Amino acid sequence: MEDKLTFEIPLLEMEEKIRLLVEKEGETKNSAKLTLLLKKKEEEIYQNLSPWQVVQLARYQGRPRSLDYINIIFENFLELHGDRRFGDDPSIVGGLAFFNKHTVMVIAQQKGRGVDDNLFRRFGMPYPEGYRKAQRLMKLAEKMKIPLITLVDTPGAYPGIESEERGQAEAISLSISLMLGLKIPTISVVIGEGGSGGALALASADKILMLKYSIFSVISPEGCAAILWKDEKYAEKAAGELKLTARDLLNLKIIDGIIEEPLRGAHYHPEQAARNISESLSHHLNLLRNLPLDTLIQLRKEKYLKIGKL
Amino acid sequence: MKLLNWLNWLRKPKVKTGIGNYTSIVPDNIWIKCESCQTLIYYHDLRENLKVCTHCNYHHRLTAPELLLQICDSGTFKEEDADLTSRDILKFKDTQSYAVKIKEAKKKTGFSEAVITGLGQIGSYRVGLAVMDFNFLGGSMGSVVGEKLVRIIYKTMKENLPLIVICASGGARMQEGVLSLFQMAKINYALNDFSSKSLLYISVLTNPTTGGVTASFAYAADIILAEEGALIGFAGPRVIEQTTKLKLPEGFQRANFLLNRGMIDRVVNRKLLKATLTNILEFNHGR
Repeated sequence: MEDKLTFEIPLLEMEEKIRLLVEKEGETKNSAKLTLLLKKKEEEIYQNLSPWQVVQLARYQGRPRSLDYINIIFENFLELHGDRRFGDDPSIVGGLAFFNKHTVMVIAQQKGRGVDDNLFRRFGMPYPEGYRKAQRLMKLAEKMKIPLITLVDTPGAYPGIESEERGQAEAISLSISLMLGLKIPTISVVIGEGGSGGALALASADKILMLKYSIFSVISPEGCAAILWKDEKYAEKAAGELKLTARDLLNLKIIDGIIEEPLRGAHYHPEQAARNISESLSHHLNLLRNLPLDTLIQLRKEKYLKIGKL
Repeated sequence: MKLLNWLNWLRKPKVKTGIGNYTSIVPDNIWIKCESCQTLIYYHDLRENLKVCTHCNYHHRLTAPELLLQICDSGTFKEEDADLTSRDILKFKDTQSYAVKIKEAKKKTGFSEAVITGLGQIGSYRVGLAVMDFNFLGGSMGSVVGEKLVRIIYKTMKENLPLIVICASGGARMQEGVLSLFQMAKINYALNDFSSKSLLYISVLTNPTTGGVTASFAYAADIILAEEGALIGFAGPRVIEQTTKLKLPEGFQRANFLLNRGMIDRVVNRKLLKATLTNILEFNHGR
């Protein structure tokens, strides 16, 4: 799996130079100067990220995972397991938690860290039983009259033989329908990859928010390039054409807000990223909580029925 | 036969099989090869047999008008929103611009989008109908396919009728990016409303039905039928093979495979499709 942020190389080289300078000569004028240059370079690179570079950031192995955020943002997260039909899919985690002293339901796609964990979490690609667990927890949230918060981070639903045998399409379709019909406030935050229908199954919410360096796409740039250009090498070009960055989705009136990330990405300062998510969740949840139910439902209807009418 | 004579011969005896404004311009008196068993069949015979191979039972792909002609009572189908057409909102360009692709698809098929919607009668029961056409950009779902479906869903709901959607699609249309993806949610939202009125929704999955269409309205139906032999799945077989490095089992993702795993209600031979739909509509009427 490609996991190098190639556009970071100039910055890493400068950092190395500064480190050596400081090591050799202690704090010097030169290192201070270089640090200033580094700051400038950082801003220059990060203000002009190409869509493909954002894709690389969104997929970066070191990026905080759902459970990292959950542990910072929520209190007393109690994971609940299983779909009661077939099994328990570790690529989707869910459970009860406190957010600002209120009970909420959290459902999230969980990618792994390192080889073993990634195999265990299937790189965040859910099986049908993952979506069916999510459905069960969505219904529980509705019954308990607590808000639903989802964190989205998946390359897509797992494309396997068993997935098809167990009804991947049905599982996704029903998750979308069910989420859209919930009589509770729902908020989704895309924290990394929003890969196709497998992501939409957890993102059909009243408010959809995206971290600044996350993506949401109908198909992976590689998949798109393979089909339309007949060559995966055009993935970089496809990433631009697909309009998959948070800014694009805001312009297309699909999402409701972009959550700032620390400079150089969430992995540089996970606590700061988590605080930003938390603040945004607070803000949107307060707005939604204060709406009468029929207004909430009406707004959701308007939001979804107007998509694509630009 | 000289080329000119052959061209004249090709041009003359055309059978107009049409519905509404759409006509098929395939000449009737030629021999064509079955796409499956390669047997030569007189086109007239194939057409009479609803494009099901007389030798091997292979269901050849139908255009949306051909399908409507087969299932609707003669002269009852009235199209809605025929003029709704896609725009190149993202200015998408691969080896060709999306704007050009739309134009060419329109020219090739004679209609304006990958789905034809309207109200009609089947076995003298009035229904709302949406029929997808794979010939129009692979039956892909963009914003207009979503909008046409949503409109026919609410129109059918207003008239208190059952809804039938015939699917044939490679999935969401890449050239409209996330706008296509979110049509899945848009359509499923409308179907939630439809369902809340206790109205019946039947989907018919034809060859092929994959991707975002399968993972939204195709599988949101109350009763799901599939044409014999149809390929139906979320991920395409090639993607699955590449990801898993496994050899796919015989008949994988075909209609019977899904029936055996409890994913659809019935596998239907095309020649029995109208009768099966009529049968279900009778039950719907008798409640």
